[in-house]
Amino acid sequence: MEPRRDPRGALVRPYAVTRGRTEPSRDIALEAVLSSTPTQVAESRFAGHDKYRIATVCEGRAQSLAEIAAYTRMPLGVTRVLVADLVAEGLLTLHTAAPAEGFEERMNLLGRVLSGLREL
Amino acid sequence: MDFANYDPAGARRSREIISAKIVVAGGFGVGKTTMVGAISEITPLTTEALMTAAGVGIDDPSKVPGKETTTVAMDFGRITMAQDLILYLFGTPGQTRFWFMWDEIIRGAVGAAVLVDTRRITDAFAPLDYFENRNLPYVVALNRFDDAPQYEPEEVREALAISPDVPLVMCDARQRESVKQVLVTVVEHAMLRLQADQGRGHQPAPVG
Repeated sequence: MEPRRDPRGALVRPYAVTRGRTEPSRDIALEAVLSSTPTQVAESRFAGHDKYRIATVCEGRAQSLAEIAAYTRMPLGVTRVLVADLVAEGLLTLHTAAPAEGFEERMNLLGRVLSGLREL
Repeated sequence: MDFANYDPAGARRSREIISAKIVVAGGFGVGKTTMVGAISEITPLTTEALMTAAGVGIDDPSKVPGKETTTVAMDFGRITMAQDLILYLFGTPGQTRFWFMWDEIIRGAVGAAVLVDTRRITDAFAPLDYFENRNLPYVVALNRFDDAPQYEPEEVREALAISPDVPLVMCDARQRESVKQVLVTVVEHAMLRLQADQGRGHQPAPVG
């Protein structure tokens, strides 16, 4: 939870893998879940090493943006740019994060989370 | 062709996975990661964000020679509740100067639990103020440390100036059942708040 510092410095400038882009093509929440099919993973091979790693992480088990960043050990911002690209390229499927607005939708979601917790 | 894994219904379901998150906040060393770990199905993971433009002016990079970025780490856990529902638990970075990260963490969250250590009660002020300002439903959870002075919940409520409608619970961040109870309280409180807002004719304000 504390800032970390690698005295060796970064081997590669963090945003080099995104060709310097720091703004994702679409906003993706930390907890938004992504998944990939075997076909998408196979196709992502041609999209570059880092994107292929991301697609691989999401195969068979949906993962949140935060999980993808943790498993690939890439900074969150970099991961978000690459994930947004993959979604735009059809190589990753973006699922819905919790609906933030709308009383009925929100109540329904909270109710499901509540019973999910009680069943643990 | 092999149709052994062919499951069109499953494929349809897998397209609609909803995820929700609950935030665990509190001062450094109060037990946030312990709490997340007590109930998460995965060992808490860490994701790192680089402080870039958002941190300019807060942290002056020129004062730290050879250091251009600061890394902020946050820990989180996961509870898969159903094939189409996942709950994430996010711990906030220990240092409150990383507000840009907090904004990201609370966006769209169900609510928050503020963990309090009675030996360092003032550490809770910053998260409490922050959630109050951002209109995020929160509960206060007193983490029982064996060697900490024991206070009555009402004494703590007074010390922290928490309003009467904010739930205050005792917990043991190491115990799964206890953590589960805290999270249940967060969700119940969030539902009550949502109903109250609706009753007053307010649109639920988007959190964040």
